Amino acid sequence: MWKYILKRFGLAIVTVFIIITITFFTMNAIPGGPFEKEKAPDPAVKALLEARFHLDKPVPVQFWYYLTDMFRGDFGISLKTGRNIMQTINESFAISAKLGGIAALAALAAGLVLGSIAAIMRNGVFDRVIIFFTTLFVSVPSFVLATLLLLVFCLKLAWFPVWSAESHSYFLPILALALYPMSYITRLTKSSMLDVLGQDYIRTARSKGLAETKVIFKHALRNALIPVITYMGPLVAYILTGSLVVETVFTIGGLGSKFVTGITNRDYPMVMATTIFLSVLMVVATLISDLIYKLVDPKISFD
Amino acid sequence: MNENDRIPKKQLLSLQLDLSKFEPASDEEKEQHVHMREPSTFFRDGMKKLFRNPLAVGSIIVLALMIITIVFAPLIVPYSYEGMIEVDGVRDKSAKNLAPMTYSKREQEAIDRGEKIFPHIFGTDALCRDYFIRVVYGARVSLAVGLFASLIVLIIGLVYGSVSGYVGGRADLVMMRIVDIIYSLPDLLMIILLSVVLDPLLKSSIANTSLEKIGTNMISLFIVFGLLYWVGMARLVRGQILSIKKNEYVLAARALGAKGVRIVRKHVLPNCISVIFISTALQIPAAIFTESFLSFVGLGVQAPMPSLGSLANAAREGLQSYPYKLVYPAVAICLIVLAFNLLGDGLRDAFDPKLRK
Repeated sequence: MWKYILKRFGLAIVTVFIIITITFFTMNAIPGGPFEKEKAPDPAVKALLEARFHLDKPVPVQFWYYLTDMFRGDFGISLKTGRNIMQTINESFAISAKLGGIAALAALAAGLVLGSIAAIMRNGVFDRVIIFFTTLFVSVPSFVLATLLLLVFCLKLAWFPVWSAESHSYFLPILALALYPMSYITRLTKSSMLDVLGQDYIRTARSKGLAETKVIFKHALRNALIPVITYMGPLVAYILTGSLVVETVFTIGGLGSKFVTGITNRDYPMVMATTIFLSVLMVVATLISDLIYKLVDPKISFD
Repeated sequence: MNENDRIPKKQLLSLQLDLSKFEPASDEEKEQHVHMREPSTFFRDGMKKLFRNPLAVGSIIVLALMIITIVFAPLIVPYSYEGMIEVDGVRDKSAKNLAPMTYSKREQEAIDRGEKIFPHIFGTDALCRDYFIRVVYGARVSLAVGLFASLIVLIIGLVYGSVSGYVGGRADLVMMRIVDIIYSLPDLLMIILLSVVLDPLLKSSIANTSLEKIGTNMISLFIVFGLLYWVGMARLVRGQILSIKKNEYVLAARALGAKGVRIVRKHVLPNCISVIFISTALQIPAAIFTESFLSFVGLGVQAPMPSLGSLANAAREGLQSYPYKLVYPAVAICLIVLAFNLLGDGLRDAFDPKLRK
């Protein structure tokens, strides 16, 4: 058991290191330095600037500086705005975390409820409706969904205000972010619930006269949850990458939209820092969901 | 029974049958024996099952119609995806942002003169280009990306997974560690990162070649798919091979002296081909999703080449005035992805040996 946890931790650390390495060296492979503009600066100024950012050192040394700086929480400054990147991440991640956190919880709760209902009322009208809509939502790219929601409910019907400094309406962005994972979780819960409901121990529980609610909640749902736990890692990954799109469409100044503007502006330090930050979050989420999965499922052995 | 049928017994203890003890079958019985079960193969069985699934049939029809449209529409529609609309050989600047099935002022004049002008089925865009043909080309690009990306994934995953699963031992351990690490990389972020970086790197190397038209972003997309996305397929193939390797017929083949490559090709792969095929079919919508996502972030195909993702993204400007510009490519993406998803599900129900009863 401890061996497994250690092994997973080791893998996570190696992964994070590889991500940082890939990020650093790919960004370094881009031809042209940040101070080589069309209007070349004075050579003396350029040399000073390069010394300030350690650009005069060989690449491995630069990598070492980047690593040590990063552990102190210093990602450098944005090429575009000149602001400290860590500060930007701190400020914008608060919004993204709120948006993503609520979306993840909503997707999980709604998906579990709808999936269980669909499984219990198999082949009923309700089941058909749920499966129809979830199949549909799984086939719509997030930015199309977000744009359509914005168009219909914000601009045409004006039920919700457009995101601005004064009005923060989280409802539509959360909906746009949560519908895809919710549909996925619904389908996952349904199939795993159907699987569990066909097991012998459910028949035993019913035949000894247990109330149906008790059978469902105590025996079926708890076992049906196990495959859903494995989806936690991908869920966090989806929410984080989905927020890039949703935040940009709804013009929310979260980390996702900062990342997208970083890409369009070719603001390499910003892209690097955000990639590393989001990647580490995803690796941690996968690690946690894997560990919970192993702890919860009695059928898994630790080898 | 006539006399000729009676064959004299050669020996007392011979096992030769005494035909007099048998009764000839009636015609009805013969018929019943022949038609007890029609001969069928695994493939034919699966196809029959597939065509009994209305959702799968529906998605095949939708995909077929779409493919017919995107193949033949450019032959019929007299507009190009990159050029402005021309009337009498002169660029028509009044044909900007036309609504579907309407004509510009100068086109109207030409029609009044008795000329024939092909209608703009989906209207035109802000650069006076016919929108229908752009959506058609966008669907072409998106489908091509989906197909090629899944092909790349299939080939790399198949080779890597077969080697890892078949060789086993230490090589398998090392190969699977590599897969574990790549698997835990956040793929979409890595794709964005590599696309950002590969763009300036590739630009100089493909200048003035035929690849230039596809654009660096598309090439880097394929490179990234080749680098990252195959791991799922490799895991699947390896798992299949490990379970098939244990079967007696593989042991028998090895006992007869068959070489590893032959065993994999002749005995192992045919037995897991359906599962691999289904997974490839489900990879196509995933690739289309990824492409449209990248187009949204601005890392998609090179303009003026359209893709469904970049069209939908471009439509966000002027969304309130021209919402139909978003609707057409969006509906096209959803239809393609939905059809592939449903077809993949149908294929799985029909061909997955684990689900067969």
